[in-house]
Amino acid sequence: MAHFPKPLEGSWTEHYPGLGTAPVSYKDSYDPDYWQQEIDTIFKKEWLCVGRVERLGRGGSYFTREFPWAKRSIVVVKDRDGTVRAFYNVCRHRGNKLVWDDFPNEETSGVCRQFSCKYHGWRYDLDGSLAFIQQEEEFFNVDKDSLGLVPVACDVWEGFIFVNLDPEPQQTLAEALAPLSEGLAGYPFGEMTQTYEVRSEINSNWKLFIDAFVEFYHAPVLHQRQATAEESQKLASIGFEGLHYELFSPHSMVSSWGGMSPPKDPRMVKPIENLLRSGLFGPWDKPAAVNDNQNLPPLLNPSKHRAWGIDSFVLWPNFMILFWETGWYLTYTYWPLGPSKHLFESTLNFAPPENASQRAAQEFAFSTFKEYAFQDANTLEATQTMIESEVVDTFMLNDQEILCRHHHAAVREQVEANGRPESYPWMPTPASANGE
Amino acid sequence: MSNTATLPADFADLAPFTDWALDTWRERYEKRLASSMDEMQAFYDAMMPRLTEILEHCDRFDLHDLPDEARNLLLLAFSLCEASFPVEAWRQPRVPDSGSADLEMVREPPL
Repeated sequence: MAHFPKPLEGSWTEHYPGLGTAPVSYKDSYDPDYWQQEIDTIFKKEWLCVGRVERLGRGGSYFTREFPWAKRSIVVVKDRDGTVRAFYNVCRHRGNKLVWDDFPNEETSGVCRQFSCKYHGWRYDLDGSLAFIQQEEEFFNVDKDSLGLVPVACDVWEGFIFVNLDPEPQQTLAEALAPLSEGLAGYPFGEMTQTYEVRSEINSNWKLFIDAFVEFYHAPVLHQRQATAEESQKLASIGFEGLHYELFSPHSMVSSWGGMSPPKDPRMVKPIENLLRSGLFGPWDKPAAVNDNQNLPPLLNPSKHRAWGIDSFVLWPNFMILFWETGWYLTYTYWPLGPSKHLFESTLNFAPPENASQRAAQEFAFSTFKEYAFQDANTLEATQTMIESEVVDTFMLNDQEILCRHHHAAVREQVEANGRPESYPWMPTPASANGE
Repeated sequence: MSNTATLPADFADLAPFTDWALDTWRERYEKRLASSMDEMQAFYDAMMPRLTEILEHCDRFDLHDLPDEARNLLLLAFSLCEASFPVEAWRQPRVPDSGSADLEMVREPPL
């Protein structure tokens, strides 16, 4: 019995008929050749979020990002006029990595006037142009203007910095993010600067962790011991139903009930949660920045339900933003490191606390998030190894897992459009991920 | 930080637990993993009845300019966040079934 209304077709999945309802193969999550096709047709072609503008303070601030899946490293830098640019991290002289500290394969950040190569001292201005060659007169036919750092397409949306490794991106960032670019604009991201950032290498395909975070069907079961006994029993008997699902293919979103700010019944929550007024859903007391959710961007809480707790958006291909009713947001980014391995990055972003109580409430929200993430992450390794065993070749997805079905289909669509689909006989007949 | 950390006079009863006054999340998490359930239960039992007073005490100061004693107190509260999960939910130091999972803290708000 549905507690929340579904579309007229009877299910969220059938509302998008191109998705189908059949069991699916998960070979797309361990096949090495398919993984390489994802890199070539998606990760080297799409806009990828590399961080927030708040990481770049005054002009000259920079950070590096390692993309081992593309054998590339990039430098993201803020010029003195405030422009954010990205360059490949390669000196034009003899190919040394330009910006690094101690360990060449580790990311770094800092502030500088110019980038100076550690090897022979070539220097580059913040706009990438070559400024200085050590013993320039020793070189032959030097044209400094043609020896700037190699640029990477870079643009900013609502303070999120994106890069695109395609030398000629097929879409602008705003086009690629549409309709989310406008539908989520105006959220006070820039005021939520109290940030925790974590990362973890996980022994699963990158898509499996997206699967885990775009369905809440698992929550009452996998995380049941995180709730009080009474609450967990109730959750398990009800299961999970989303308030709303929507595809903006290749992007997607799920809206969920939940939250407890503050909870109706103190017995629902654990003793420390009552004292700190905080929990998985964040601090119970909303920051002024969200104005009691009176000015939410149009795509948030689409069902306008009063039990609204969280909206999770997948920003194609590998970035998620989760908006909590309590007034903070989470990001997840998934970087493929191999068919069965990925780097998971997450940020928790709160309004700066005004006092120790608020600071402690945020610390507890982080602590709680991490307990859940541990459970989610370890389950992925258990899934990855068993789908690779090929004992079972198709798997069941229910209506609450529509976004899992959709994301794999969207990947498949792009691989098929740009790759070598004849190599993947195990993939179902092409179906349009946007349901048309 | 070590067990030489000092606390405000009103919180002298928490002195046996000042080795929980640790600067970073990583240190607090590792302290949790290295502690027995008895040790965490004792810390939890001592801290929970004082938590509201701890926050009231710390709230009297500018968060960005906390006196050392108040700062130590707040760090104890952060460690309590970590210790609360084994005590209130897991009955063991580690998250159950979290085997090989780990997290690296890349950046955290300073205190």
